[in-house]
Amino acid sequence: MPTLTIDGKEVTVAPGTTVLQACEIVGVEVPRFCYHERLSIAGNCRMCLVEQEKAPKPIASCAMPAADNMVIHTNTPQVKKAREGVMEFLLINHPLDCPICDQGGECDLQDQSMAYGKGATRFHENKRAVKEKYMGPLIKTVMTRCIHCTRCVRFAEEVAGVEEIGAIGRGEHMEITTYLEQAMTSELSGNVIDLCPVGALTSKPYAFTARSWELEKVESVDVHDAVGSNIRVDFRGKEVMRVLPRLNEDINQEWISDKTRFAYDGLKRNRLDRPYVRKDGKLQEATWAEAFAAIAAKVNGLPGTKVAAIAGDLADLESMAALKDLMANLGSPNIDCRQDGAKLDASARASYLFNSTIAGIDKADALLIVGSNPRIEAPIINARIRQRWLGGGFRIGVIGEQPELTYDYDYLGAGPGTLGEVASGGHSFAEVLRGARNPMIIVGQGALARADGAAVLAAAREIADTYGMIVEGWNGFNVLHTAASRVGGLDLGFVPGEGGLDVEGILAGAQSGAVEVVYLLHADELDTSRLDNAFVIYQGSHGDQGVKHADIILPGAAYTEKNATWINTEGRVQLGNRAVFPPGDAREDWTIVRALSEGLTGGKLPYDNLGALRRRIAGEVAHVTAINDVVPAAWSTFGQSGPLGDAPFASAVTQHYLTNPICRASYIMAECHAVIEPAQEGTGTHG
Amino acid sequence: MLADQDRIFTNLYGLQSPFLDGAKARGDWDGTAALIANGQDWLITQIKESGLRGRGGAGFPTGLKMSFMPKESDGRPSYLVVNADEGEPGTCKDREIMRHDPHKLVEGCLIAGYAMRAVAAYIYIRGEFYREAENLQRAIDEAYESGLIGENACGTGYRFDVYVHRGMGAYICGEETALIESLEGKKGQPRLKPPFPANMGVWGCPTTVSNVESIAVIPTILRRGATWFSGIGRPNNTGTKLFCISGHVNKPCTVEEAMSIPLRELIEKHCGGVRGGWDNLLAIIPGGSSVPLLPKHICDDVLMDFDALKAVQSGLGTAAVIVMDKSTDVVKAIARLSKFYMHESCGQCTPCREGTGWMWRVMDRLVRGEADVPEIDLLQEVTKQVEGHTICALGDAAAWPIQGLIRHFRPELEARIAAYKNAQVQAA
Repeated sequence: MPTLTIDGKEVTVAPGTTVLQACEIVGVEVPRFCYHERLSIAGNCRMCLVEQEKAPKPIASCAMPAADNMVIHTNTPQVKKAREGVMEFLLINHPLDCPICDQGGECDLQDQSMAYGKGATRFHENKRAVKEKYMGPLIKTVMTRCIHCTRCVRFAEEVAGVEEIGAIGRGEHMEITTYLEQAMTSELSGNVIDLCPVGALTSKPYAFTARSWELEKVESVDVHDAVGSNIRVDFRGKEVMRVLPRLNEDINQEWISDKTRFAYDGLKRNRLDRPYVRKDGKLQEATWAEAFAAIAAKVNGLPGTKVAAIAGDLADLESMAALKDLMANLGSPNIDCRQDGAKLDASARASYLFNSTIAGIDKADALLIVGSNPRIEAPIINARIRQRWLGGGFRIGVIGEQPELTYDYDYLGAGPGTLGEVASGGHSFAEVLRGARNPMIIVGQGALARADGAAVLAAAREIADTYGMIVEGWNGFNVLHTAASRVGGLDLGFVPGEGGLDVEGILAGAQSGAVEVVYLLHADELDTSRLDNAFVIYQGSHGDQGVKHADIILPGAAYTEKNATWINTEGRVQLGNRAVFPPGDAREDWTIVRALSEGLTGGKLPYDNLGALRRRIAGEVAHVTAINDVVPAAWSTFGQSGPLGDAPFASAVTQHYLTNPICRASYIMAECHAVIEPAQEGTGTHG
Repeated sequence: MLADQDRIFTNLYGLQSPFLDGAKARGDWDGTAALIANGQDWLITQIKESGLRGRGGAGFPTGLKMSFMPKESDGRPSYLVVNADEGEPGTCKDREIMRHDPHKLVEGCLIAGYAMRAVAAYIYIRGEFYREAENLQRAIDEAYESGLIGENACGTGYRFDVYVHRGMGAYICGEETALIESLEGKKGQPRLKPPFPANMGVWGCPTTVSNVESIAVIPTILRRGATWFSGIGRPNNTGTKLFCISGHVNKPCTVEEAMSIPLRELIEKHCGGVRGGWDNLLAIIPGGSSVPLLPKHICDDVLMDFDALKAVQSGLGTAAVIVMDKSTDVVKAIARLSKFYMHESCGQCTPCREGTGWMWRVMDRLVRGEADVPEIDLLQEVTKQVEGHTICALGDAAAWPIQGLIRHFRPELEARIAAYKNAQVQAA
């Protein structure tokens, strides 16, 4: 534990701490550009120079390990002069076009030049200009502004795991580029925009749309996958202008995926902004009263077994709870939240959670991935796996597809046969799991949403039991969800009741006439053509797949437009907050169900505000009150041992950028799909 | 003047065969096994006692540097890397060793490598040295065939390999950590220190990077004794040294001389004097392009060694003496060096990347006098802003020549500015 003196204050720090970190511990601020806590140390901006007694010249504090008896000065005239010198060098070739720069107002260079910049220039030569580089549909470049800190290069190489950004040229001619000027084929590329300390890399979709200081900000939670990344929604008036990450060490650290960051333009397009009722075979605009009356006319008097409800991927916890209550009032056991047909068992909570937690990946020392491609199903979790893998001593085995992940893995096999071999100990990877202290398994929806899903689940449980994944203080059994609503729905028990039909049963029943009314709550990823015979009530935010065969459309709210609870794949309860109001006549989803209930058999639901509804949910599902926490689930026996099929496992996600109605309405996501996904396939026939 | 029998490089001019037969005739590979048998500690002590300082420019004591290498391996192998990326303008000594006396280097690699418990030596040779690399490779092949290196080097039972790696011509790859990066196949950019190469060098293993000359003199020092070597020159500046004299002398040459020889004697004895006589001398850059120049009045009596040149605010550097007579446009000469450093800056860290270009642009105008007098002070300040603030010493090397120019030739700069202004007025 080295003890050093910084500006007269003595401090003892952990071994390996740098001088800059030590300065932060004692509350001394050191300016920096290239240094970033989550990236390797480059030490190239030279802004963090400090004086060390007995050293011949100033030292770069970001790179210098703290040592015993160091005496550091950060406030001497020499230090100030050194930093002013570096600042002057950074500015001589910087265009100083802050008034037209999107980074203006949130620019490190701008901020630090207030402290260390000279008032006027002494540089009377011509400034350097650098050609813009194409980095894909998401990142706008103005490379003349670049200060060569190489944060983007290090991010691409270390976090994203794609060596697609680098510096070419030498000296003054050094340029940051993607070499061939192709789009960066990473699902995390947008993070370089946050990392860039100047306006060299900015958001292309956000370009020139707003100034940072005119935006209002709301802290919320992302719903594009089941990770529950913490986000900040920046909006102006009625419009969401951009989405940025919030720091949460347990979930997304400070990264978010491109889908999380850039799908926001989908919130403005293809929206359902008023109710519709199908009259004479055509959907026609209607008032809320007309829509509710049409539903009441159809539903009232119908036996409960002829009514069904499906909750989709973007349904929030409150609306699912209200709909569940409504269906109970109608006497219907036909409810299901497993839109993809995954054979998840709602009765055993440990069977459908990412039990180790995302942060738990850091502690794992062996990993088996079954039927999942974490890179596209949950890029943030994939980055965490890569981070752990870079630390060494972490063998990874994959059963299923053979995707290009951002780490090396042992490819074990394609289908359930291999899974069975590992379970029975007949596979060489079994030894890896057996030898590990904290082994873990990740089961994807691709392995569960199939006829033998329950048997796969049982085999996975058997592996967890056999290889010591379930021990005191460690539960390495993980299910990776792809839908933000799923864990919430399972926690609520939004699954078929006594004798009720599941999704497949509902669809089949609708075809056969056994089910006459189907209520779709944000459910779009279904084969809705099978619902043609039924009376379909669609409640959701976008005119997507779900409305095609709808008879009634009830316009709901997207995730930025409601205060709602989301439970991520770990079982972590988080609150999303409203940034803007839903468009037109659209309403927050639970209020629609509550209003509809007044005219239906069973009468109105017993809550008039969000607080009452949440208390009602907490009465049934106690852990929803543990906001931001994971309540560990007790281990039990689940799944149904049985014969495993032959078909190979396939990832649940095939088109990463088009997984939900918001993405599908987004032009930006469409462009990403067109530009980046072919590049990732790497067939050689694209571009 | 150095006596002929005290010369180490007896085939500097290639008059004899550079290969094994010639080398053996000159005494190379004589009793190498016996030297090695004395053990690592003895070898390092001898080198320390000889007072040998690194010949690559910085003058760090070679024996001390070798003693930083781990005595006990933690599982990682140790490496010797020989810096043969001789790129300092004006310097042409290592290439003479490699093309005319390569066995001195190969034998030096074995002995120094053994002394620091290295398993192999990598000789990183400048890409332009094509024939030199050929000769060096042939010498290595000969040494392997004769069992001098390899599985059982010189019959000592020690396994030692020597590899040649050809560079691609970047000046910065002569910086030891940039050289390591380049050797690893990466872009040649200096690393942050610490960790120093002795802890984390090539491929993350303990490494010592030494100049060709430093390594090549070691066998002779050991054979003739540390006291012989330390008896030449002044204390702390001992031994013989290769001097490369270029520029406005009658007979430019590379010559081995005693350390601390007076500069004037060096030039007059070996180079036939300055063109047009000593009084026609304007200035001399005594140690390669990186060190500040010296005007004639200092050259009159300065000694050529580390400490004497440091005392006159210059340096011995690589001992590449660049002589400029009074026909030289000294401002243009230094401006050309500025351009060189701008071109060779790796671009990694801010002060060097931005500063070298700024300095050259001002220098370029000063050549024509197209500037204001306060800009001389601005230029001086810019050099100070670069110096000491960079990752490696290239920033310092870019700053020093300009500082030397301003220190010794400020009146010349001011006169040029005045002349330019006058011409402008007359034209108007």
